[in-house]
Amino acid sequence: MDQQRIPLVDYLVLDEPDHLIAHECTTCSARYFSRRNACASCGGTEFNDVPIEPVGELRSFTIVSFAAPGVAVPFVAGVVDCAGTTVRGNVVNVTPDPEHVTLGMKVRLTTFGMGTDSHGVEAVGYGFEPA
Amino acid sequence: MSDAVWILGIHMTKFGKHPDKDLVDLASEAALGALADSGTTMKDMGVLAAGNLMGGPAGIGQALQKQIGQTGIPTYNVSNACATGATALRTAIMAIKAGECDYGMAVGVEKLAGAGLLAGGARADDGGSWTPEGRYGAVTSLDGRIGTETMPGVFAQIGMEYGHRYGGTSFELFAKISQKNHHNSTLNPLAAYTKEMSLEEIMSDVMIAYPNTRAMCSANCDGAAAAVVVSDSKLKSLSLEQQRRAIKVSASILTTDPWEEACQVLPNVNTLTRNAATQAYEQAGLGPEDVSLVELHDCFATAELVHYDNLKLCEVGGAVDFFNSGATERNGQLPVNVSGGLESKGHPIAATGIANIWEICQHLRNEAGPRQIEGANVGLAHVIGLGSACGVHILEKAS
Repeated sequence: MDQQRIPLVDYLVLDEPDHLIAHECTTCSARYFSRRNACASCGGTEFNDVPIEPVGELRSFTIVSFAAPGVAVPFVAGVVDCAGTTVRGNVVNVTPDPEHVTLGMKVRLTTFGMGTDSHGVEAVGYGFEPA
Repeated sequence: MSDAVWILGIHMTKFGKHPDKDLVDLASEAALGALADSGTTMKDMGVLAAGNLMGGPAGIGQALQKQIGQTGIPTYNVSNACATGATALRTAIMAIKAGECDYGMAVGVEKLAGAGLLAGGARADDGGSWTPEGRYGAVTSLDGRIGTETMPGVFAQIGMEYGHRYGGTSFELFAKISQKNHHNSTLNPLAAYTKEMSLEEIMSDVMIAYPNTRAMCSANCDGAAAAVVVSDSKLKSLSLEQQRRAIKVSASILTTDPWEEACQVLPNVNTLTRNAATQAYEQAGLGPEDVSLVELHDCFATAELVHYDNLKLCEVGGAVDFFNSGATERNGQLPVNVSGGLESKGHPIAATGIANIWEICQHLRNEAGPRQIEGANVGLAHVIGLGSACGVHILEKAS
């Protein structure tokens, strides 16, 4: 990993190209983004990291206009079907209204800087943009 | 059936703002009301289950007992998200079914007036350096950065997902569901909001999370509800008037969300509700066609739509047509949320799962006044709490 960049979450891998990974159960192939104690589907305890397709289809979304303090609005929260694996992410680089964001639209992964800390390290977030 | 459990008495407070009453005041009002309605006292109760989700004393059950009766009975303090009230009721029912006692009480209480937006856990301070924390190794709070953790936003996506799968949804459709419930609330004096709202007023209200405007979101408010339940054998020894007004609990079901792809990305409120409904119909020996009215968990207008389908009130994928047919209006074939629903009656979280059963009981006892659904003999009450937990109760009038 680039020493001067840190991913927003550990399932975002900063590489060429940046991509998402999931923890896949070696027994039943259930996929997770969170740190695991065991598989919620089959109880297995072994996982492999697998890459997630960087393109997908917007399965659902909402345009959030009212959020907790400190959260910039409006933004588009979405659920993306990436070749059978469902991923949560904002829909970015699009006008946040229902004319420009539509169910079933094709999207692709994108990453962006989110600010630099006191040690000069930049956090990198991800979202999905119209493909 | 010999092991049936009955609701002998039930009460809900006015939902709304109660600045002069604390949690225990509200819980006491509901509990004493349910006791009076049942013709029993705290000394008769063999178990107490008390629900409160959002704060207050650690043991709401014991705090309540210290005001209305310390009889030494086992008390369960219940917390199960928005299914807390239903879980408390089911806890009392289970104690009776287990043969531990003949009478039990369930109480749910919440003070939420002015609580504002309910969101997930945000991290307050980003600090001086990016440090991965938690199960996602997140260097800052994720709400708004990777999707939304606000309830209006989560449930908006749940409704939109239904639209993506089956088609036919629109901003206007969801607003019409809200319009129906606000209309129903005009007949319910215990509702937090009893104002008729036009479609235009609903759609032009403050947008919270598209397609849910403020009028399409459940109303945070104060309130409590309580029920007294009794065993079948004990009921037979009570007065004819008590027996006549008793409401049979034909099914009491609680489920959680089974693992499915995507369920840890966007909460799946569908499968556990469908599972609960299936089990409830089977336990009651009844089907959706037998139901006279439904109180379902319309925490947001977008949620009501998907639960028509999940509760099997319509064909799979047919919720939009079902609503558009007028079936769910109070004069339709299967009225839904004649109380006004969470969107206008209000949603004091832990009270909700008993208050919806109170509403059903009013109709089955033919005591609902101007909003009575004529001839009602079977009702279904549903709640879901994210996390997730789903409670479904099917109730029948005494035959």
